[in-house]
Amino acid sequence: MSLTRKFPLHALAHGRAGDKGNVSNVSIIAYKADAWDILKTNVTEDIVHKTTQHLGVTAVHRYLLPNLHAMNFVLENALDGGVNASRSLDRHGKTLSYLLLSRIQIEAPIELLPDNSPYLDPQFSWEKASSS
Amino acid sequence: MTTVHIGNGAGFSGDRFDASLPVIEALSHKTGPKYLTFEVLAERTIATAQRIRQNNPALGYSPYLPQYIEPALKSCLEHGITIVSNMGAANPIAGARKILEIAHEQGLRKPRIGVLLGDDLLEYLNPEDLGRASTMEGTSIDGRPILAANVYLGARHVAKVLQENVDVVLVGRTTDSALILGPLIHEFGWAENDWDVLASGTICGHLLECGGQVTGAYFADPGFKDVPNLHEVGFPLAEVHSDGTFSLTKPEGTGGLVNKATITEQLLYEMHDPAAYLVPDVTADVCAMTLHDEAENKVSIRGIQGHERPATLKATLVVDHGFMAEAEMSYAGMNGYARARLAADVVTQRMRTLGYNGDIRVDVIGAHSVLDGGQLPQTAPAFDGDYRVRLCLISQDRHRAQMLVDELQSLYCSGPAAGGGFRGFVTEQQATASILLPPSSIEPHVRAEVIT
Repeated sequence: MSLTRKFPLHALAHGRAGDKGNVSNVSIIAYKADAWDILKTNVTEDIVHKTTQHLGVTAVHRYLLPNLHAMNFVLENALDGGVNASRSLDRHGKTLSYLLLSRIQIEAPIELLPDNSPYLDPQFSWEKASSS
Repeated sequence: MTTVHIGNGAGFSGDRFDASLPVIEALSHKTGPKYLTFEVLAERTIATAQRIRQNNPALGYSPYLPQYIEPALKSCLEHGITIVSNMGAANPIAGARKILEIAHEQGLRKPRIGVLLGDDLLEYLNPEDLGRASTMEGTSIDGRPILAANVYLGARHVAKVLQENVDVVLVGRTTDSALILGPLIHEFGWAENDWDVLASGTICGHLLECGGQVTGAYFADPGFKDVPNLHEVGFPLAEVHSDGTFSLTKPEGTGGLVNKATITEQLLYEMHDPAAYLVPDVTADVCAMTLHDEAENKVSIRGIQGHERPATLKATLVVDHGFMAEAEMSYAGMNGYARARLAADVVTQRMRTLGYNGDIRVDVIGAHSVLDGGQLPQTAPAFDGDYRVRLCLISQDRHRAQMLVDELQSLYCSGPAAGGGFRGFVTEQQATASILLPPSSIEPHVRAEVIT
């Protein structure tokens, strides 16, 4: 049986946020093709909505791109009125990809991480990384 | 088989002014049709450009036009590289004249410059009718006067300008990808209903139009996604074939990275439904798209499908949005977070006392800001952190906005212990909203002109 650990989504996937009006979209792309299934199961519309509802997000829609091992989340009303109306420091919501990557946690077998991932080190922790 | 070579030299207004130079160098060694694009026109930029034009009819093109054109024009003219750009902004004709002036100053031959006109809706539609159209994407104009209204023209309009045998095409508002799809339609003679190739050209344009965002810029996450020599990232080059398949690469010897991961991130950037990416020319569908490593930093792209173009065109309306006040102060060391929170409370209470009852957004930078939507936790992330309290409001009344800045500044003597580094600004705001229009109301007004 393979060893599983709890990781932030950041360990398994990368992504980018874009804006159109008051709608944000965030892509989540598996580093390894083998991680696609576990992402599809765990990174749901529901968990993404829970992670973003403090921003005022009213609805989340997920689109799947299995060929590219990617998914695209569309977040309605995520941007405090949109780039030209928002009072956020980040009016485009460009930082929001890291909201999902940082705050969604997934229990995953370690072989689904990229080969050179710092997360593979059992001693790795963000507390240590940031104080070193 | 003909291959069209297209490079992009700018992904937004304010992108690196010299990024086009390695792209031009690479294009100069290619045979066949060659194009260089500059995409510099954000949604709101056009309203600023409109205002500049109203004050001076010789201006209103992108204020950065000289910075992008001056270093690029000579080589492009020498090597037959056609420049296609939306630097025309609110006044493509004046932009064309400025380029003629630059060519003259540099002792170059006189370029033939084509402009596309007809995106400015205020030229031919009634602003009151526009104001009544229903808005989309969660935006609204609430009856405010319209400062600018521009429809996104399509690639076939750009291709029409290219038929005039020009060295430079200047447009105002088109879809960004039309700067790339236009030349492809022109070179390959793609039919108006050849949906698959139009979709491929659109996605090629979508991938190129943000400049370095597809070649390793806006991608680096040190230790997790490393990018070589980001400080000299090479901007993208596409090689496009008549069947719509294309490959993406970057100039030799530049920094950056082109691989499946960089392309996938940019593919989904600002995309909603991947089966229905809407532009005026086609509905593009990337669900069956595949990426193939061709060489180091070179990826080929296949399998893009197209469906019938949307029945409507999208337009952006720009309206006044009052004044935004932003004001900041730092609190650091022991109990810094509690002092920052108290500072925010003091200013908020003062604003209420002075009669402002609107919403005030509070961030504590260093604890919680861009990811938290103004939601602050009670407990300090670190007892001796370095925090910057930031308050922000938007008001129709300039004096109310200034009041927030003044109140935050008063914390210097009247706030919690050891606040320092006050900064405060009031800036005029414009909001945008999107509407849909029938092409029949637009098409008769779209025209190409050659400026000499």
